[in-house]
Amino acid sequence: MIVETDETLPVRTSDDVVRVRQAVRARAVAAGFSLVDQTKIITAASEIARNTVDYGGGGTLRVETLRNGQRRGVRLTFADQGPGIADLALAMTDGYTSGKGLGLGLSGAKRLVNEFNVTSAPGQGTVVMLARWK
Amino acid sequence: MGEIPILKIRDCLLVSIQVDMHDRLAMALQDDLTQRIVEDRARGVMIDISALEIVDSFIGRMLNNIAAMSRVLDAVTVVVGMRPAVAITLVELGLTLTGVRTALNVDKGLEMIRGIIDRGEREDDRRDR
Repeated sequence: MIVETDETLPVRTSDDVVRVRQAVRARAVAAGFSLVDQTKIITAASEIARNTVDYGGGGTLRVETLRNGQRRGVRLTFADQGPGIADLALAMTDGYTSGKGLGLGLSGAKRLVNEFNVTSAPGQGTVVMLARWK
Repeated sequence: MGEIPILKIRDCLLVSIQVDMHDRLAMALQDDLTQRIVEDRARGVMIDISALEIVDSFIGRMLNNIAAMSRVLDAVTVVVGMRPAVAITLVELGLTLTGVRTALNVDKGLEMIRGIIDRGEREDDRRDR
């Protein structure tokens, strides 16, 4: 697997969430994603970016474009140094929220991508990786 | 705030979201619309999202809230112009937008609002008699 592009963006404010959507769109278009695939990964990115701002106290997003033979993909890695997630299984449940949202962020984003991984522990921050392949 | 214009057409309010909304802007729109429904005595609210490339759970929640608030204020909300890719993504995300009426375009949306308002008035007449 080859990493074709690699960039890191700040994810601290709600304006950054908009910039994340724009950056992910640009990469998904460049990777030749269909309109539906673009929409799915941008929406997933928007959900996780908002979590990073609201619950993680801000962090970063690493956007990579990947090539694996003929397949191209976009991988997103959100990282924050926030309080972390105590019960990952619970946080991944549809409708569960510790805040004021709908509780669809993590579970919904997972359904929109091909690869999804969360690493977190209380006090250790949270890293969410999402990837979608063309 | 209040960067998204709200147009009044007879007893309806029309909002066309043309920008990639950050969360505060979405909240401001929700507040502005609620206020305008009361000030303008609007009976219908139409929200055109044909320019929106995504609807995530936050924007979805805003649409749900607007529909619920306008219902309490005796107005009908119809969301029009959702792109097919957005609809597919919304369903997979798990956002069903229960309580939000949708129509294909502005024309159909206006028809829907008129129909609902007229039906409501006929029912009121019947009760009055």
